[in-house]
Order: sequence, then structure tokens, then C-alpha cells
Amino acid sequence: MTLIRTPSDIDPSEITPESVYRERRRFMQAGLALSGAALLGEAPFAQATVTPFTGLTRSAFSVDESQTEYKDVTGYNNFYEFGTGKEDPAANAHTLRTSPWSVTVEGECAKPGTYTLEDILKPHALEERIYRLRCVEGWSMVIPWIGFPLADLIKRFEPTGNAKYVEFETLRDPERMPGQRRSVLHWPYVEGLRMDEAMHPLTLMAVGLYGAALPKQNGAPIRLVVPWKYGFKSIKSIVKIRFVEQQPLSSWTRAAPDEYGFYSNVNPEVDHPRWSQRSERRIGEFLKRKTLMFNGYAEQVASLYAGMDLRKNF
Amino acid sequence: MKPWIKPTVFVLCLLPLAWLVFALLADRLGANPIEALTRETGEWTLRWLLITLCMTPLRKATRWIWPIRIRRMLGLFAFFYVCVHLSTYLWLDQFFDWGEIGRDILKRPFITVGMLGFVLLVPLAATSTNAMMRRLGRNWTRLHRLAYVVPALGVLHFWWLVKADVRTPFVYALLFVVLMLLRWKPVSLRGSNRGQISNLSP
Repeated sequence: MTLIRTPSDIDPSEITPESVYRERRRFMQAGLALSGAALLGEAPFAQATVTPFTGLTRSAFSVDESQTEYKDVTGYNNFYEFGTGKEDPAANAHTLRTSPWSVTVEGECAKPGTYTLEDILKPHALEERIYRLRCVEGWSMVIPWIGFPLADLIKRFEPTGNAKYVEFETLRDPERMPGQRRSVLHWPYVEGLRMDEAMHPLTLMAVGLYGAALPKQNGAPIRLVVPWKYGFKSIKSIVKIRFVEQQPLSSWTRAAPDEYGFYSNVNPEVDHPRWSQRSERRIGEFLKRKTLMFNGYAEQVASLYAGMDLRKNF
Repeated sequence: MKPWIKPTVFVLCLLPLAWLVFALLADRLGANPIEALTRETGEWTLRWLLITLCMTPLRKATRWIWPIRIRRMLGLFAFFYVCVHLSTYLWLDQFFDWGEIGRDILKRPFITVGMLGFVLLVPLAATSTNAMMRRLGRNWTRLHRLAYVVPALGVLHFWWLVKADVRTPFVYALLFVVLMLLRWKPVSLRGSNRGQISNLSP
């Protein structure tokens, strides 16, 4: 079912308060500033020092650790849609077209439909959240994301009692995502969360980082950030959200079910079959550091998995 | 053999390492320089091993003598690069945490295979002198057949490390298979003038 909503479909309760509207304007301006810089041939990195999103609240969930440099956050990425090398996404993602963008919502919910990115963002106040990110490969970063809780978005679609999981899909566009011309993974990229994980206050829909709109290599225009799970769970450039009863089959689980489980919670005690997960190299640091249970978010999320065997449910 | 060949090859073999050291100091190895250093020295080990294996077929195809004369040096450079590669793992990656290293060797097939490759290369380097060659006689040739086993282990080590995109290890595997095929009698005889190669061997 595809449905671009017209003004008559929009409930008065959904009409944006002025403060949020201004916030969104700043977001749009940030995007314009970035594309303007690109047109003028300026390094987009220069924008990192400017803060186009203003008046962002700094979340209580933010960690107080030194942030990974902007050039590393935007230059060292896993985004196989643009190539399997770490520098490939930064080199190739310029071909992605993020405007217009829409997200299709399907499945077990009262308000399915295709929503424009503007519709999606409209009611949400953006906040900055500084989160640790731990890659399954054994490196980590600290990234100041900009976004809003996924829970707030999900509530708008009114999932039914049958919605046990949320499944997400990345854009599939081999024209603009050259990495998809080879079947390194099953395209489109699919990820999923259990409903309670999706509704957890730490789970973020991100639209920016370092004060500006998300660079394309980081999953523009909208991506998921689940800080207590390995990075590949935080799906990028989302075009589909589906509420389902059965546990989704994510792309990495499909590729190697014994290596990448559905949960993929950061866990120093459960090794990847081919390498240890006990330590990690924080990008920018010389020596490795110990990996923390649930990536240091155990206090907030451990209760989600009470009574579960995390070795089996890896 | 032209007198300049050996020193030139010696310098060429040092260039990749020189570049890596420079890039490391100049912060040009990307966001994760230690990982890059480990990967690069590993890949260069594999390259030198395969280049070493090129020398005998090259000598047979061209009848030049120099490929055989520089073969030992190339093999020793492979050993040198694998030592740097292993050091980056032991020092920069594990920081001499022997418990963790031991667990890695036992539990991670890709590390087991890599370590085995290194261990097998040690006797080859140790017996590379003329004196050892004379002392071991026929056994020297037998021992040095390990030069065919080690690159295979190297390719496997690389293959098992990769997450999903095996293109690069596949290329090395292919090169290895081709180099082994060139040693297979039916293939090598067709390439030369009806089996005269045996008379040309030094």
C-alpha cells in the first residue's frame, strides 16, 4: 500500500508545534549548507566546525568520553552498498540521492503507508546523543549523533498486538549503490529488532552527526543507532519499516548464521567464531581497551535479556 | 648475472616496508593504522612468497639465470615481512598478552593456520645458507618443498579472516594454483622444448 499523505489526511494533533518546526527548518538549512558547500567545491569536512543544528538538547544518555575525530567517523565506514573497503563508502557514496526520500511503513500497524522524510521528521524534536559504537570487527568509536527516539516514531504508526518485531530495509538501488551490483550480501540490507528493543529509550533514529546532517557514507538521510549492539545492526539509509510477528532474517545472519545472530549484543564473553570480542581498538587510540558488556549500556538494557542464554541468543 | 640485479632487487624488496613506516609516521594509513599495518605486511608476505615461486618457472621459460640467483633472497624477504607481520600482531594487537595469544592460536583457525605457516617458514630461513644446503644434501630439497605449503597456508589464513568479500584472497589463491600448475609435468613440458629443462638446471 503506497500512500503519500495529503494535508487532509493529517490529524490536527500531528500539526507541528512552532519550536519543532523551527528545528526542522534548521535541519533543512543544514542540508542546504552542506550541498552548497559541495557545489562550491569546499570540503564538506569544513562544516564539522560549524553547527547547523542549533538548540539541540544534550541527552542524559550521552557518554562523557572523547569523541572520535570527524574525519574518521566519516572516512572509516562499513557500508557494503558502496564497497567492502573501509574507505569505499566515503569515496563512492556521493552517488546516493537522498532527496526526495520516503519511508514505507507496513505490516502489523494501524497506520501503514508511504511517508515522505518530511512527514517522518515533522513531529520530532532533535537531540544530540553521544554514543559508543562497537563494530563486530573489533574497533570502536564515540559519535555525537543527532536524532530522536525510535519509540516516538513507532508510536505514531500504532503497531498492533501482533507486532513482535520491527524489520528495517535499506534502499536497494544498484545504479546509485555500486556495491549492490555484486551479491556480497543479500540486497536489500535487512535488519530487525525485537519490539521491546525498538521501543527502548536508547534506540535512536539518527539524521545527523557532529551537529550536521548525516553524510551519505554514514547512512543518510535516516538511519538506526542501537548503541548496545554491534554496528551492523544499526541499519543505514532506511526506506522500509515493517511490523512483523516472526523474527526477521537480517542480511548478515543470512550470510553467516553461525557468526552473526539476530541479537548481536556487544558481549566480551561471547566470541565471534573466528575472533575474540574481549577487546577493541578505539579509533585514534594506540592500545586496545577491554570491551564492555552491552558496550557499556548494561545498566540500561541488561533487563531486556533477563533469563536468556546469551551464548545461544548471540 | 648482471651485477646490479641483486642489489636492485634488495632495495625494491625494502620499498614496501619503507613506505609503510613513512605512512605510519605521517599518519597516512587511515583511521585504523595498526590494522592497516598488519594487513599490509601480511599481504606483502604473501606477495613475496608467490614472487619467489615465480622464479623457477621464469628461469625455465626464459633460460635466464638471475631468477634462480635471487630466489633465496626473495624467500628471505618473505620471512622478513612475516616477522614484521607477526610482531604487529604480538605487540600492537595483543600487547604480549600470551594467554590471549595462546587462546587465539588454539581457537581461531585463521590464526592457527597463519602461525603454522610462520613456523614452517622458520626452518626454511634457517637452512637457506650454502653451508646448510651442502650439509643437508638431498634432504635440503625435500625440506624446501615446504615453500609450496607455506603460500597455501598464507592464502587460507587470509581467506578465513575475510568477512564476506573474498575477491582479494581469491586472486592470491588463483595465482598460487597457476604457479603450482606450471610445475606440473604435462604443463611444464608443453611450455619448454620437449623436456630439455632438466639439462638446464644448475
